[in-house]
Amino acid sequence: MNWLWSNLDLVGELIIVHLALSVPAIILSFVVSVPIGWLAHRYRWSRGVLLSLCALLYAIPSLALFIALPAFTGLSLRSPVNLVIALTLYGIAVIVRTAADAFDAVERDVLQSATAVGYSATGRFWGVELPLAGPVLLSGLRVVIVSTVSLATVGAVIGVQSLGSLFTDGFQRGIQVEIVTGIVATIALALLLDWLAVLAGRVLMPWTRAGATRGRASRASGSPARLAAQGEGS
Amino acid sequence: MIEFRGVTKQFPDGTVAVRDVDIVIPPHKTTVFVGSSGSGKTTLLRMINRMVDPSGGQVLIDGTDVATVDPVRLRRGIGYVMQNSGLLPHRKVIDNVATVPMLRGTKKREAHAHALELLDTVGLDRSLADRYPSQLSGGQQQRVGVARGLAVDPNILLMDEPFGAVDPIVRAELQQELLRLQGELGKTVVFVTHDIDEAFLLGDQVVIMQQGGKISQAASPAEILAHPADAFVADFVGADRGKRALHLTEVDGRSIVVDADGRPAGVLTS
Repeated sequence: MNWLWSNLDLVGELIIVHLALSVPAIILSFVVSVPIGWLAHRYRWSRGVLLSLCALLYAIPSLALFIALPAFTGLSLRSPVNLVIALTLYGIAVIVRTAADAFDAVERDVLQSATAVGYSATGRFWGVELPLAGPVLLSGLRVVIVSTVSLATVGAVIGVQSLGSLFTDGFQRGIQVEIVTGIVATIALALLLDWLAVLAGRVLMPWTRAGATRGRASRASGSPARLAAQGEGS
Repeated sequence: MIEFRGVTKQFPDGTVAVRDVDIVIPPHKTTVFVGSSGSGKTTLLRMINRMVDPSGGQVLIDGTDVATVDPVRLRRGIGYVMQNSGLLPHRKVIDNVATVPMLRGTKKREAHAHALELLDTVGLDRSLADRYPSQLSGGQQQRVGVARGLAVDPNILLMDEPFGAVDPIVRAELQQELLRLQGELGKTVVFVTHDIDEAFLLGDQVVIMQQGGKISQAASPAEILAHPADAFVADFVGADRGKRALHLTEVDGRSIVVDADGRPAGVLTS
């Protein structure tokens, strides 16, 4: 444990570095996947191709990708940007199918009714379709958060600093506490970001906590729903 | 006034939903399209706000061909109520009612204040304003749907089987409510149903549709009962089976009207 107390600064620094690698990758993969998922949902013929291509990304071994990317980006092997790009590609592979499913899950009746009362196509996307796809998108995002935070550690092998550096360093120098610290810190970071995502979901999608399922108000357990059922015909 | 002139709808796969329909829908009255599924009644309704564009013929509102009007603008000026309410599940009741005014640029405060009044109009307690649609019963959701349809005070209110998914007791209540509202507001209501009793109850004009999107008869309920245009209509309204036949019987010196099955339907007063 001595190692930990004397290296708290290092661990804190690596947590920040780790965040700087994984958070942009998480956001980028989400932002890129949503339109791809929407296209796969909207144009059935594109679905197979898009989803297979994205899933295929995941089949590329991570080390190979880290090493091959500089050839395309022209950046140095140890540039954190390379790692962010690689993590983004993996993130896309993880979330894009969920994104397509998220849009599939939006009730067609609701979309039709939005059109019928006068939503424009873009207004309907931002005001109705995207928010209603939100809960499923969030579940995909949570998977990406955890997988990206974990995968970012691999960068340490090619010399990009992250919490993974604690694994490589601890392994080379035979310091077990350092390795365990790296594992615990990585997991804690993943859980923290996951919790933040859930929290953001609650704030942005308050209706998901409204309790009752559509059309089954009377069977719901929440007291507001019961009151509502009693108020019928008032 | 809404007018269909030689309107046909053939889908790309060759299905004909509506065939050469001519009909005039008078203003400030309720016109009910009634028919079984596949009779094209919903397609006709959706042509009025351009959810469906005809493949032949014209739909005119007050003399203007709707094909020449931007569909989004057109729809924002026409009330629309559908089955299962069609409310936006992620928005509170009040926001649902205020949806269309806000799409048209009304300030939120103003739109919300008006939405609360509309809840009164459709007989809902204002305390429901902050609920989400999933927290309401089916009948309440449908009332909110009607309030939303009325929000921009449109001349035309389209109702696509609005009471199809609620239980019979609530449906009867909603039907009475609609009659009351229509008595006060006098909108041009176009209503679609497969229930002939609902059509006769609500309709000033009832349009009976048959398979393949053809109109069998368009007239007042009384005329249809008195002179069914053909065997299909007679069968559809139940006249041929004596379903609509009523008799008088004397009970304790009063004249009781009974239906074909002998169930009392009412008392005859002179």
